[in-house]
Amino acid sequence: MFAPTPRVQVPSAAASGEVFSVKTLISHRMETGLRQDEHGNVIPRKIVNKFICRYNGVVVFSVDLHEAMAANPFIEFYLRATESGRLQFVWEEDGGGIYELEHQLTVA
Amino acid sequence: MRARTRREFGRLTGAMALAALGPRLAAGEAKARVVVVGGGIGGATAAKYLAASARTIEVTLVEPKPNYTTCFFSNLYLAGLCSFESLTHGYKTLAQRYGINVIHDSVAAVDPVAKTVWLKSGPKLPYDRVVVAPGIAFNYDALAGYDEAATQVIPHAWNAGPQTQLLRRQLESMDDGGVFVLVAPPNPFRCPPAPYERASLIAYYFKQHKPGSRILILDAKDNFNSQDLFLDAWERHYRGMIEWLPAQFTGGIKAIDVKERSVRTAGETFKAAIANVIPPQQAGQFAQQIGLVDQSGWCPVDPITFESKLQPGIHVVGDAASAGDMPKSAFVANSQAKACAFAIVEALAASERAPPHLFNTCYTFLSPDDAVSNAVSFKPVAGTIKIIDNFVSQVQESAETRHRAAREAQSWYAAFTHDTFG
Repeated sequence: MFAPTPRVQVPSAAASGEVFSVKTLISHRMETGLRQDEHGNVIPRKIVNKFICRYNGVVVFSVDLHEAMAANPFIEFYLRATESGRLQFVWEEDGGGIYELEHQLTVA
Repeated sequence: MRARTRREFGRLTGAMALAALGPRLAAGEAKARVVVVGGGIGGATAAKYLAASARTIEVTLVEPKPNYTTCFFSNLYLAGLCSFESLTHGYKTLAQRYGINVIHDSVAAVDPVAKTVWLKSGPKLPYDRVVVAPGIAFNYDALAGYDEAATQVIPHAWNAGPQTQLLRRQLESMDDGGVFVLVAPPNPFRCPPAPYERASLIAYYFKQHKPGSRILILDAKDNFNSQDLFLDAWERHYRGMIEWLPAQFTGGIKAIDVKERSVRTAGETFKAAIANVIPPQQAGQFAQQIGLVDQSGWCPVDPITFESKLQPGIHVVGDAASAGDMPKSAFVANSQAKACAFAIVEALAASERAPPHLFNTCYTFLSPDDAVSNAVSFKPVAGTIKIIDNFVSQVQESAETRHRAAREAQSWYAAFTHDTFG
């Protein structure tokens, strides 16, 4: 059994003031809690309910996700490069599971 | 669009088969000559139905290879679930029972003015009509680092044969814990669900024999055929084993590194234990050579007769043809070939034209006991071909329904290859 894989596509360097794209994708079933298994039992809801991006510790982007979100949520957004530092990406799953990635950004 | 049951489709296809016996040329006329170039599903079907429909047509089938190996069901072979021999079919019955003149040679040229097909070994075949079924060619120019030579290390396995056997050997010798990277092609390509069926069945093989291994699909597209059915099955059978990354995330596939066995996307390089690159596709080389291909890379055809819109007198069937809503599948090639054969028989007999019945039926394995299917009917509308009815499997079908589809698929294979080759 393998855990869902979180992934990001983000540049490692940017000019000061530059706006750059951040692409994230987590391979996750996003089980809605509305389906039944073959015995007629409801399959419990298990979705990624929140995604957060922090830039040097400050939340710069966050999303609440709900049942209607498709499997393998793909989120693309833009940030402005202000200073070199750490980008942190966090996916929070129903039941308290957390998937995290970090990325170092150099701003020249 | 009304959903049809599979039983209704059975009746429709039955009606089509009977119609095959309809048109006949008047006895005593000089024999018309039809040459069929290419002995895949489209070509073999066209040859057989031309020969079976009218005794007054002399049919020649030109195909360089002594046997044909089906792409359909070859993913089962990759997973070790059937033998290579069971996918291989010869031309003996077409020659002996249907009197088709089968020539194992390549075609050097077609002269549409003199109405002659030139064989590579020298002979010329005069014709009244010619049907070409050239299949697909790979557009290596569209994928940096990947070419014909590279396929010996990183197989495409998208023409069944030695490539498929190479990929099977690689799977067998791979160490447990490796990553199988599958590069899925842009639309349109041969057999839209097949890359994802391949991922499913290889995951099945890994689960049995190499349970620490994973599959990564790097797609040139942002979505794929029957995506909901596949994602559901991957979760049920192979949780976490198959990861699919769309082009909108990776930024697209940029290059293949054969030496490193890796795939480079816009933002990242993915290293593989086994890489399987399915390249972008276009109409077969022969279609390009004789001027049947337009800017799309495929062959525009009349939706009723499958006569080329670029070269009158030359008909094109199968994957190489641009046929509106019809996907590039073996069953579609077979259906087009029948329509084309009847149109030729009617044209040669100067009899009335009946509108063709066009179909597709596909079975896709998600695991050996879990298969889904679709059945689609088409008709020519305003110069192209449109879907008129559509049946597709749904997520949340019972295990019994899926198991039944997997058994039906085996019967489908036997009936379908019999319809084509014997």
